[in-house]
Amino acid sequence: MSAQAPSTMRADAATAQTAHVLNEDIDEKIFGKAFDRRIMRRFFGYMAPYRRRLWLAIGCVVAFTASQLAIPLVIGSAIDRVLAPGAMDRNLLLHVAVVFALVIAINAAASLGQEVIIGKTGERILFDLRRAMFAHLQRLSMSFMDKTEVGRLMSRLQGDVGALQEFLDTLVTSLGDLLLLIGIVAVLFSLDVELAGLTLSVVALLLIVRMVWLSPARRAFVRARQASSIVNGALAENINGVRTVQEMGREQVNFVRFERKARDYLNATLRAAKFSQVMIPIVDTLTGTAMAIVVFAGGTRVSEGTLELGVMVAFVFYVQRFFDPIRSLTAQYSVMQRAMASGQRIFEVLDVPVGMVDRIGAGELGKIEPAVEFRHVTFGYVPGQPVLHDLSFSVAPGEMVALVGPTGSGKTSTAALIHRFYEVWEGQVLVGGRDVREVTQHSLGRHVGMVLQEPFLFTDTIFENIRYSSVGATREAVVDAAKAVGAHDFIVSLAQGYDTRLEQRGANLSLGQRQLLSFARALVADTDILILDEATASIDSYTERAIQLAMKRLLAGRTAVVIAHRLATIRNADRIIVLQDGRIVESGTHDELLERRGLYQRLHAMNYASFDDVREEALGGAGASGAT
Amino acid sequence: MHSRSASRLSSSGAARRHDASADTAAGKPVAAVREVSANAILRILRMAARHRLSMTLGVACAVIAANFQLLIPRYLGDAVDHAQGLLAQAATDRAVVAAALWSTAILLLGAGAARGVFTMCQNYLGESLGHRIGYELRLAYFEKLQRLSFSYHDRVHSGDLITRGMLDVEGVRRFLENAVFRTITLAVLVGYGGYHVIRLDPLLGALALSFVPVVAWRAAVSRLWLRRTWRELQARLSELTRIMEENLGGIRVVRAFVAQAFELAKFDRTSADAIAMSLRRIDVRYRNGAAMSLAYYAAMGLVLWVGGSRVIEGALSVGALAEFLTFMAILQQPVRQIGMIVNSAARGSISGARVFEVLDIEPAIRDKPDARALVLTHGVVRFEQVDFSYQASGEPLALRGVSFEVGPGRTLGIVGPPGSGKSTIAHLMPRFYDVSAGRITIDGQDIRDVTLESLRSCVGVMQQDTFLFSASIEGNIAYGDPEADEERIADAAESAQLHRFVERLPGRYETLVGERGLTLSGGQRQRLSIARSLLPEPTVIVFDDSTASVDAGTERKIRAALRELGAQRATIIISHRLGSLMHADEIVFLEAGRIVERGTHAQLIALGGRYRALYELQVHGADVQPAPGARPPAGVFAK
Repeated sequence: MSAQAPSTMRADAATAQTAHVLNEDIDEKIFGKAFDRRIMRRFFGYMAPYRRRLWLAIGCVVAFTASQLAIPLVIGSAIDRVLAPGAMDRNLLLHVAVVFALVIAINAAASLGQEVIIGKTGERILFDLRRAMFAHLQRLSMSFMDKTEVGRLMSRLQGDVGALQEFLDTLVTSLGDLLLLIGIVAVLFSLDVELAGLTLSVVALLLIVRMVWLSPARRAFVRARQASSIVNGALAENINGVRTVQEMGREQVNFVRFERKARDYLNATLRAAKFSQVMIPIVDTLTGTAMAIVVFAGGTRVSEGTLELGVMVAFVFYVQRFFDPIRSLTAQYSVMQRAMASGQRIFEVLDVPVGMVDRIGAGELGKIEPAVEFRHVTFGYVPGQPVLHDLSFSVAPGEMVALVGPTGSGKTSTAALIHRFYEVWEGQVLVGGRDVREVTQHSLGRHVGMVLQEPFLFTDTIFENIRYSSVGATREAVVDAAKAVGAHDFIVSLAQGYDTRLEQRGANLSLGQRQLLSFARALVADTDILILDEATASIDSYTERAIQLAMKRLLAGRTAVVIAHRLATIRNADRIIVLQDGRIVESGTHDELLERRGLYQRLHAMNYASFDDVREEALGGAGASGAT
Repeated sequence: MHSRSASRLSSSGAARRHDASADTAAGKPVAAVREVSANAILRILRMAARHRLSMTLGVACAVIAANFQLLIPRYLGDAVDHAQGLLAQAATDRAVVAAALWSTAILLLGAGAARGVFTMCQNYLGESLGHRIGYELRLAYFEKLQRLSFSYHDRVHSGDLITRGMLDVEGVRRFLENAVFRTITLAVLVGYGGYHVIRLDPLLGALALSFVPVVAWRAAVSRLWLRRTWRELQARLSELTRIMEENLGGIRVVRAFVAQAFELAKFDRTSADAIAMSLRRIDVRYRNGAAMSLAYYAAMGLVLWVGGSRVIEGALSVGALAEFLTFMAILQQPVRQIGMIVNSAARGSISGARVFEVLDIEPAIRDKPDARALVLTHGVVRFEQVDFSYQASGEPLALRGVSFEVGPGRTLGIVGPPGSGKSTIAHLMPRFYDVSAGRITIDGQDIRDVTLESLRSCVGVMQQDTFLFSASIEGNIAYGDPEADEERIADAAESAQLHRFVERLPGRYETLVGERGLTLSGGQRQRLSIARSLLPEPTVIVFDDSTASVDAGTERKIRAALRELGAQRATIIISHRLGSLMHADEIVFLEAGRIVERGTHAQLIALGGRYRALYELQVHGADVQPAPGARPPAGVFAK
């Protein structure tokens, strides 16, 4: 990915900034919370589109809970009214049985309804969230994207959304559990206030225990989660760098280190497991206590005749049920905790402001004379450290201008500004005579095309890669483009020709071939202005020739700004602009510049394959060190 | 099973020759994966069984906890009978009543507490078993991936491997945690409890258990469906991951082509498929869950109806009926958990299969059983009639009949058009792949007969593509030998012409690079990787276009430094830049995997063949032309 970063110089400063953009330290602070009102409110925002379904689901939950509550009541009344000594009545029994059947039918239907509706809606919300994040990333400024690693964004898009899945899965049961809890309390009190108060007094004990338990348990859960991300990070890095690992014979060392991390993780999770399990006997003992109270206090009163037997039986049923929701709510504690942390991280991405939006009233960039002009442009990535200083130049329609200069001179930044990847600090960039900020980004993109230094391909067929977003392009147009850049021959020599699937972003092609495909892609997009960042190196002389030829075809009849590294390219340009430290130091044709005996001539004399690495050694007394 | 063992047989037959085919699992047909997934559960359980103590204790706890749980309805039934009996007789000896209730209450409390303690143990043992197996699998997986050869990693997407190592190991762990002991609890509750109620009252007992066959049937059906949907879902999600990853990695392309809408549409299409699969999973899971619950409640209704009638007839006590009903109430939670158990078993078997699939691959490149350490005497590398193909089929050949020899202090240059097999030679030297025919020797020892460790420690390959680890510069340079002291690190950096650059960084050698650190330019990365390869002081050095991003002046300095360091190394330089290798003692020109020209620079120029043509192209063609008034093209062609 680093190859995508426009310049090295900026990177140092950028990494310093990255730190607070997506800060991992935040985990520490918010990890522990199992409930965060702000985050929950944001979730509710995503539930809004499913309001009707969710109301239906809540209806189902209520019906389900009601039927759950009713079952012991029905049984209790069966015992009281039907089976009480002296009141044995078959008709009543039939009556009760019918009611019971009805209740269980409602129970089954409502249970299915709530689970399916909530489960499906939850799933949809997850995909919505993921899509919202993904769509948001498409709109964020390049300055943000430059500073953020793909790996970390992916862990938010996949890992955090995945953690929410578990949460939404259990949300179904949690919601029901909570309602059931409330319902049981209500029923118990309506049945018998005294016995209910006595029985539920054990809950106070539970609350006390929980208070003691909470803070060490929270720490243990957080620790386990951190250990887990360390292990996963180590695994991912080792997979990505497996070739280097084998080359350097590091297998043993890496294994030992990984083993240590895995063991740390194991120990941390086992500790967390102890904390979550220790609540079980506590809750069960309290359940036992509550039942003992019912049996003893209730039983005494039954024998005194102040309590019906059915009520006591109902109490026994309810008390057993009462602790089930508490138990499962306790088990969901760490799930909730994870969900809050994940939610926080997801919303953090969604909250990054979209730096660059179309101005209100931004016009379409229609038919234009494809000219480019920079007027006193000052620009940088880090406040106070401009990369371009008061830069002014213009490119006439149909002209090819080569930007030349050592690393960090601002070539890539200049090119990126034409496409409005970033906003200028001062001055203006004009395309076709209009300020790029006054037109929509989409219409600007239809006029300004770009070919990047690193030919990035997608895992798809060659045809799809060349056509890419120009979905209207015919197969013919694609083949023509491939022919024009000289890619056709190697494409048809592949087993499936244009339908050959590129695996792993075209890893099965050579760099030169990938470069040609990216040229063809630009040709199909057919913009009148083209910015081309030439590949720095690692292309052999054969491919070099093919690429020079392709470039000529590609640039024919277009306005072009080429970030040039190769002499051949530079010599083909109508004009050369030499940049140093963000300022134009020279400009003119190849011959003119050699005559001037300035920086260009010095760079040229040093005969570098590319000018990129020159900076360190050459810029001082360049003339001398260049020759041997 | 058949197809797998057959393919392994055939590949091991060919293994001695070209082993690139041996790690085959990635290309395995779907049918085979399906078979593996059926066995995965058994295999996971077998792994678990090795933790004999945890397993035994866990099972014991599950059984005991279930028994205590069964005691509760009995005590409650007693309590109801007591209360009712007392009520009926109206013979109110308070003390008797109180004593009976007291003892029942105490028993209930005891049973509850005991059940809690044993459930805790059972759950903890289940969780720890899951984590321990997860730990074992994770280590085995890590170890296996490190040993699988390049040909495997060429084929399999790293994202897929990461997913398996993270999510699938987790899937197995959850299965162990959620399913194993819970199934035992369930079996005891239904089995022993069922036996007890049937003995108590055969008809009522049978009615109470009448839901069991329905539940078993639905569980079996949903297991099949869930396995299928999990498998599909996993595949869809991998695709979605890939789309997002490529979008973010290629964000500049996306922006340059204003393709945001296009990318979103692509995302939506795959996402829609994934959602559909996910929704189907929910349907399957909960519909079956509801069917099971319904069956359970229907059984309860039957018990109530029939039991009620018999109470009226006087054939059953109210307490006994209460006991039946409480027994059923106890089963409610486990019955609801069946859905979860089935779901995690389905996921566990799919995940397990995906992990085992990787674990079962025999690395194509490994030490022979009788491999010995490489014994260096002179440091002479020989290629003898080497043929090689990247494909298992042996076609097409990337190298044919390549022979050469490089002795200590000598340099071999390799040049040729793209795809001619230059880099293949670099890959064969450290045995990243095995030759298809012929052999490669170092000091007369076939590199397939020596240990990989000893081979790779004496062969240093510097590649064009460099991978940096998220670590300090120091850590990256000392990658091959973490024990190296500062001096050696600085020396290696010095030779790679990196030292001056590092010295100027604020954090010097401690500066972080890689994903989270400083972004280096292509040239800096290459020099860092050269320093990394130089640190272990290899006897044979292969430069595989590794100075492509380094300017010619620096490249010359690197080479000079290497000459100073040890004149006794054998050096192979692969480059498209003739300036990098024209001073070599011998230059071979490769074309379509064959050596078509060989000799010194002067000889090859005199020959007037392909090498000469390439030379002309480079001097007079595109890249290099002496600037008017400048000295002859110094960096590249001056000796």
